[in-house]
Amino acid sequence: MKIVVCIKQVPQTTNVKIDPVTNTLVRQGVESQINPFDLYALEEAVRVKERLAETGIESSVTVLSMGPPQVDEALREAITLGADDAVLLSDRAFAGADTWATSYALAAGITKLEAELVFCGMQAIDGDTAQTGPGITVHAEYALATYVSKIDEIDVKRARVHRLLEDGYEVCEVQMPAVFTVVKEINEPRTPSLRGKMKAKNAKIEVWTAESLGLDPDKCGLKGSPTQVMKIFSPEHRAGGEKWDGDATDLAAKMLDILRERVTV
Amino acid sequence: MSIRVISDKCVGCKACVRACPTAAVSMEGKLATIAVEKCTYCGSCVSACKFKAIVIEIEKQAREDLSQYKGIWVFGEQAEGKVAGVVPELIGAGRKLADQRGCELAVVVLGHDLDKLGDELAKYPIDKVYLYDHPKLERYRPEPYGRVLAQMIRTYKPEIVLAGATTTGRSFLSRVATEVYTGLTADCTGLEIGADDGLLYQTRPAFGGNIMATILCPYTRPQMATVRHKVMQAVDPGEVANAEIIKVTPVEQLMSSKVDIIEFIADLTSKVNIVDADIIVSGGRGMGKPENFAILEELADLLGGAVGASRAAVDSGWMPYPHQVGQTGKTVCPKLYIACGISGAVQHLAGMQSSDCIIAINRDPHAPIFDVADFGFVGDVLEVVPELIKQIKAKK
Repeated sequence: MKIVVCIKQVPQTTNVKIDPVTNTLVRQGVESQINPFDLYALEEAVRVKERLAETGIESSVTVLSMGPPQVDEALREAITLGADDAVLLSDRAFAGADTWATSYALAAGITKLEAELVFCGMQAIDGDTAQTGPGITVHAEYALATYVSKIDEIDVKRARVHRLLEDGYEVCEVQMPAVFTVVKEINEPRTPSLRGKMKAKNAKIEVWTAESLGLDPDKCGLKGSPTQVMKIFSPEHRAGGEKWDGDATDLAAKMLDILRERVTV
Repeated sequence: MSIRVISDKCVGCKACVRACPTAAVSMEGKLATIAVEKCTYCGSCVSACKFKAIVIEIEKQAREDLSQYKGIWVFGEQAEGKVAGVVPELIGAGRKLADQRGCELAVVVLGHDLDKLGDELAKYPIDKVYLYDHPKLERYRPEPYGRVLAQMIRTYKPEIVLAGATTTGRSFLSRVATEVYTGLTADCTGLEIGADDGLLYQTRPAFGGNIMATILCPYTRPQMATVRHKVMQAVDPGEVANAEIIKVTPVEQLMSSKVDIIEFIADLTSKVNIVDADIIVSGGRGMGKPENFAILEELADLLGGAVGASRAAVDSGWMPYPHQVGQTGKTVCPKLYIACGISGAVQHLAGMQSSDCIIAINRDPHAPIFDVADFGFVGDVLEVVPELIKQIKAKK
């Protein structure tokens, strides 16, 4: 089975600041990483490959990302974690893409790779939208299961998965080809292997452009994006309030006073 | 798409050079110059320039007449005949927007056996209720739900569509917005109509709440947004059902699905789920061991709240993942958040710092949780909480 994992390179911290003079994000000195949720997606893909191998089904795991050439680093890291190969969608035409245009490009990559199963993290920690995975399924006409927390059964035609909702789990059966977006509960990612590191070093990462994917330039990047960022600003800062010290009885009494003002106790 | 420097306006202050994340801007004498091959059109230099000397031009225009889109829709998310908690909040927000825009407000419900629900919704301050009733819509499934709402949008042409930023709302509207080719803004905490342009100004947190962004959708319709639960003011239903109920005739062809729901397993470990809870008692590493979460459960029961946990507590196996608050868990917005033995890592704050009121108990007076807490208590959580429980019970 051909498995594809979509990953995003994001800043290592979300504790980003806005430069008060230039009113733009301070990016200097901020290291990047693979979006944490995507690591669970990658791990699950590798586990599915291993699981299918036990039943005699050969699979491969390809990581796919869209972004500037620097994303190469994230893709190589994914190979150290068990991916077989990687493809980068990189083109100046992709710059400034919102979730619509991003899922448009990724869907084209997925289609070209003839993916039968696609994993994404439930959302990225920078944009926090959770929209790209579902968007891909419309462009590529794949089935969708979001917030997947467990894969009960899987073969090349279908899978039975658990979805983590607000008030419980939904068990559903999904036909391939499909996109699964995963939550943290699904697994515990492995650490890089020595073999993976060697492989990553020598891997040739293919770069595909809008033209090589046969995409409509009017639907790519900023031009193809229906949303526009009007402005960014710092949220009102929460200031710490009063602080008490003392023995437990006094602290509890003080806390009870505060609670009584707010809730029925 | 093109970017250029207006030489008359550029004063050579270099603000753009400092702002550019890709080092595409340099100075040629006193004039900023942009290396187009390095530029990603991120707009940093444009907002950095106080003299409006840099412009990005996007050749974009509406593909159709946008004035034919009228009215505001709220997605009436429901399960088993009960609307989701966020729906009265969306109606509250939608009512204000509709009054400002001078248009109708409608609630759209997809599901099965909806008559009773429709009558209840008609009591809210709305103009219309659209009911799309079909057995195959009983629970949310991506394809039929997506196709149905997309088709309704094409038919009735609403100007704005709002849904809750719930697991269903987020998955569902993403597909709809993609299909109708329009913009969708996730997890909004602010919605306003622009006084001059009549556009929907959608404000949302990004980077775990460290940055706020205001998003517009100028060239396509509808303008779509998912809205964070517990942020907007909910409205109550009235006594009389005033809204017009419209039953849409279902189309069988839209109902096929590659996903079949086998069963729903309710989470019985908690009476209230943390996303819907008004009060959350949350525990971290300072709880010491899993057994100690029992005292938090007792406190939560007394207050009518739910129990949350930090990543440290979940990763140690003390609490199940659905209770995790923070960047890789859930984002919550309760009226009261009581952080017990939680130090307050940035990743945790991302999930709870928009709570109305935060109380923190921690042994370390310098724990970062105190920087966001309205009321801080420096002490041992394992002494303070049992004492608090004792005092609450004594006064009952």
